[in-house]
Amino acid sequence: MTNQQTAETSTVPIIEIENMHKWFGQFHVLRDINLKVNKGERFVICGPSGSGKSTLIRCINRLEDHQQGRIAVDGTELTDDLKNIETIRREVGMVFQHFNLFPHLTILDNLVLAPLWVRKMPKSEAEEIAMRYLERVKIPEQAAKYPGQLSGGQQQRVAIARALCMNPKIMLFDEPTSALDPEMIKEVLDVMIELAEEGMTMLCVTHEMGFAKTVANEVIFMDEGQIVEKAEPDTFFNKPKSDRTRQFLSQILTH
Amino acid sequence: MSEKPLSAPSETKTSLLNNPTFRSVTFQVVMVLAVVAFFVYIANNTLNNMAQRGISTGFGFLDQKAGFGILMSLIEYDADHTYGRTFFVGLLNTLLVSFLGIVVATILGFIIGVARLSANWLIARIAAAYIEIFRNIPLLLQILFWYFAVLSALPSPRQSLSIFGVGYLNVRGLYLPAPVPEPGMLAVGVGFVLGLVAAVFVTRWAHKRQERTGQQFPVFYTGVGLIIGLPLLVFAATGFPLGWDMPVLKGFNFRGGLPVIPELVALVLALSIYTAAFIAEIVRAGILAVSHGQTEAARALGLRPNLTLRLVVIPQAMRVIIPPLTSQYLNLAKNSSLATAVGYPDLVAVWSGTTLNQTGQAVEIILMTMAVYLTISLLISAFMNWYNNRKALVER
Repeated sequence: MTNQQTAETSTVPIIEIENMHKWFGQFHVLRDINLKVNKGERFVICGPSGSGKSTLIRCINRLEDHQQGRIAVDGTELTDDLKNIETIRREVGMVFQHFNLFPHLTILDNLVLAPLWVRKMPKSEAEEIAMRYLERVKIPEQAAKYPGQLSGGQQQRVAIARALCMNPKIMLFDEPTSALDPEMIKEVLDVMIELAEEGMTMLCVTHEMGFAKTVANEVIFMDEGQIVEKAEPDTFFNKPKSDRTRQFLSQILTH
Repeated sequence: MSEKPLSAPSETKTSLLNNPTFRSVTFQVVMVLAVVAFFVYIANNTLNNMAQRGISTGFGFLDQKAGFGILMSLIEYDADHTYGRTFFVGLLNTLLVSFLGIVVATILGFIIGVARLSANWLIARIAAAYIEIFRNIPLLLQILFWYFAVLSALPSPRQSLSIFGVGYLNVRGLYLPAPVPEPGMLAVGVGFVLGLVAAVFVTRWAHKRQERTGQQFPVFYTGVGLIIGLPLLVFAATGFPLGWDMPVLKGFNFRGGLPVIPELVALVLALSIYTAAFIAEIVRAGILAVSHGQTEAARALGLRPNLTLRLVVIPQAMRVIIPPLTSQYLNLAKNSSLATAVGYPDLVAVWSGTTLNQTGQAVEIILMTMAVYLTISLLISAFMNWYNNRKALVER
């Protein structure tokens, strides 16, 4: 990362969500969401399944649209305007639970695809950047292989590198370790922790509470489409205000 | 069991009957001998029977005069030519129908397959109705429908339907103007070849430039401009050296021009419309087989929808589409033998029909016909397998 060398957080909001509602047909998935994320802040979002946490971060790069309220990312408001959507997607990287690497392309081609076609970068430059990120996620030797030849943990690290190649200002993680075997979770979390230390703005849906304690500025607990609790990790884990949070924490921390 | 150590299995004595290598080799040798013996018996028996009935064998009849005319021929042919030549007339007619059918069916099939997935309710429903109607009616019936119900209902030559005054459609077929090249046409041909070469070079240059500088170039439109524009320019510069032989109504029918017999029209229509219904379903299945996560990942990277389709979805859909598409091409080539039903002079009609009846050389003629279809099918298959291997995914 060239422009975000420090881990300090600023007070400039880079994501602003105000009174946002979303429905899937009749089903009210997100209710009155208000959230401000400043540049360089790391948010961890947790909650039971079906609570709307994935849908919330998918609204931020408009893989899902919202029906009410307002979302602004890096000063651009998300509307039906296709131009705005593309501008925002260029600045927001996303990592999926199931990696979603392109199986017909080599690792290197996966990484350079968007820089070539979206950023219109020369191929040599794109490949140079790609190799730099592959080294950062510690698998430069896999560049010529295909996704199907890599382990789950390696694939997820490639997915992170692919998103970083677009030099995004914000990274969204949608349960990045949920589809991994236990021994591969750490290698992915290590990459994410390193990224956080460099000052990347991150929103991460995860149940890795150790990760939340280490890197999060704020932990958000969602239930039934609402933000129930939002606090710094210390307060969140030791003195949660709501009963629902306490119950959830007791369920995921007792084994 | 034995008490011998596992590390020395070679010392254990096994009965020869229980030795897997011996067993597999023996069974294969026995099998091959049985198959060879069977065919030797059949061939021998056939030859004996034919000798008893005084039927001559061999391919000597190929040089005899055929003595019958053929409705349509791509090479020069009349009743004075040999049986050998009727074979090639039939073969070329079969290849023509198969080629036209495959091209039309592929284009139609891809359009309808994509239309079936359209978000537009009406377009999707029309495509679905097309598929359900045409793939569920027997092909022979469809050929008969186009030939007897549609083309036979056309007006007589005197009341021909005019196609912009240059082509005519009537019950005897479709009459198109035939291009007649004049001397300058050679230059136009050279212009076309030059345009083609230039287009290839521009494509390579644009690809290299994108790798070097990242700038994209409208390769498609430039290529079309070069391939079509350059010959057009030469065409105009040399003073339009192309005459048209127009079909003219003389007596009871049109003379001159490029006649397309109704049998061919009916056959190509039926084969391509029928096969397109299957290809459409294959294309739909191929696109749906690419998981939604792929589209989402591409969109999340900022790729526009058309680039997502071109760079991510289609390349992955193709590997699902190609194998069943090959089967449809093979089906179409073999189904073209139904030409006999409407009297289109394909290989089966001309060769295994008329020629067989006249010469009585059933064994030779049927074997040759089967060999031809086998060869065509294997060639299509080999080409599609080569293409499929290029598109296949590497895993593990």
